[in-house]
Amino acid sequence: MSARDLLPVLLVLVVLAALPFLGLSGSLLNFLVTTLIIALAGLGWNVLGGFGGQYSFGHAAFFGTGAYATAILQMKLGWNAWAALGAGIGLGALTGLAIGYLSFRAGLRGSYFALVTLAFAEVFRILANAADFTGGAAGLLLPLRPGLATLQFTDRRFFVLLVVAVVGLALLASRWLERSRFGAHLIAVRENEEAARALGVDALSVKLRAIALSAAITASAGGLYVQYFLYLDAGVAYGTWISVEALLAPIVGGIGTAFGPLVGALALQGLGELTKHLAGGIPGVDLVVFGACLIAVIAFAPQGLLGLRRRKRKARAVPVGA
Amino acid sequence: MYAPQILIEAALNGLMTGAVYALIALGLTLVYGVLHIINFAHGALLTVAMFAVWGAFALVHVDPYVAMIAIVPLMFGLGYGLQRFVIGPASHGNDNNVLLVTLGLSIVLENGLLALFRSDTRALDSDAALQVIEIGPLLLSTPRVIGLAASLAVTGLLWLLLNRTDTGRAIRAVAREKLGARLVGIEVDHVYAVTFGLGCACLAVAACLLMPTYYVNPRSGAAFVLVAFTIVVLGGMGSIAGALVGGLIIGVVESFSGLLLGDSLGQIGIFLIFILVLLVRPTGLFGARA
Repeated sequence: MSARDLLPVLLVLVVLAALPFLGLSGSLLNFLVTTLIIALAGLGWNVLGGFGGQYSFGHAAFFGTGAYATAILQMKLGWNAWAALGAGIGLGALTGLAIGYLSFRAGLRGSYFALVTLAFAEVFRILANAADFTGGAAGLLLPLRPGLATLQFTDRRFFVLLVVAVVGLALLASRWLERSRFGAHLIAVRENEEAARALGVDALSVKLRAIALSAAITASAGGLYVQYFLYLDAGVAYGTWISVEALLAPIVGGIGTAFGPLVGALALQGLGELTKHLAGGIPGVDLVVFGACLIAVIAFAPQGLLGLRRRKRKARAVPVGA
Repeated sequence: MYAPQILIEAALNGLMTGAVYALIALGLTLVYGVLHIINFAHGALLTVAMFAVWGAFALVHVDPYVAMIAIVPLMFGLGYGLQRFVIGPASHGNDNNVLLVTLGLSIVLENGLLALFRSDTRALDSDAALQVIEIGPLLLSTPRVIGLAASLAVTGLLWLLLNRTDTGRAIRAVAREKLGARLVGIEVDHVYAVTFGLGCACLAVAACLLMPTYYVNPRSGAAFVLVAFTIVVLGGMGSIAGALVGGLIIGVVESFSGLLLGDSLGQIGIFLIFILVLLVRPTGLFGARA
């Protein structure tokens, strides 16, 4: 990666890191953390769905695993929060590998892959809701113990910085995918798996590495989520809401691009907040808007919001070149 | 161990639930067979139909079985319109897009209902739900026996429609060979929409059969949707007979796993079957080669 690739990432990170120090209110800070965590989950989805063309409807399986592992290791085994978060990410990647191995080995793609991932997430949700070590239906409440070792801060702005840093790593990974040989293989598999294979690309191994990376990033979102909100139950961890949010962000922002998930998450969460505010607390209206956005984007802007800008630029360029 | 009577009752209950499941899966498998896509909005559309049944009863006191006369054509129209004017044009003929558009549609419908009706659970306040039929030592709930009979009848009707009418021939032609069908003068977009409408009509019948003994809230359909997917996959995508048999099997499996594992874990049996079938035999029990 060259300096030209890194510069935009750096710029975005500086802006995001500066935001909490502009005197945001508590609820705006919460909004920022939630949005960034969803962007992170979306960045994870985008690795597999955007670059790899494998649409998962069950990224909750990874989000939830990251979240539960982070919480349980701290509560039951007394782990340091950093180690627990790291283990959560690792377990998320392993879950991704396992689900990917089973599904890709069976040759599942398209709707079948979407369905099987959804089913895995549901199995996890039911199990987490029934098991003892996950707190069952009552859920888990992480004790409040501010400190660097517990990743809990009396000043919430520091947590925003932590999330921004992790988002930065995920952005770098996406940038790397855009430039690296592995990314090129992944895109080749997305565009035409048979052709890629004929050219000597090991499609199964490429897809497995992609799902592991994708799952790891989404698991980090889960780990950060529980560390910030300090509460978790099966519906939050493994619910369909996060699977949907994780795919909405990149698709609305710009699928298969490094910044798409971030742009999409900011646009959607902002629009959602605005709708909730205008509708005066009627439940579900923000999600109605999300669903309508999804349909509208696919109908009118298949490349997402970032694609609009690109198309406009291209449209401007055409008369000059013609 | 369980007494034989409990086991027989569980099996019969499973069959009766399974018959309605089959009806829900029928619409899904029909749409899959023709459009080659998974309709993710299927569950949400079922919820819409269930609210329609509830509304007809709560507002104008129409019996669910009578309301069927109006709700079935209405749902057909809704499905026709959605495919013709939303799903078809928005997806630009790309399968992944159809998947996402129907997902978007389900989010809109589900949360639209949530905004309108809140998350309260509603049931029909009618005595019909409590009626039972006695067969020897067994007590069977009348609405569920009606559900079983009606599901079998609708499956038969649909089979006749597909195999004995011009519309059915057109649907099968489009399912087999889209381009060829267009060349012989079949309006493919119209056939797509009719198929989607038929799928929704099946949901309407299922809703009318479910409501006397069931309840509805904005998330009700979601509970059925993975069950319906499982049945469709188990029975072989696009197979009508497969949907019926798959539905009955799943109904019985659910009934027994509920008996053995309790309510909260009972549903897991269905998902495990689903994953297993997808991984081991994605063409299903009745499917030909993929």
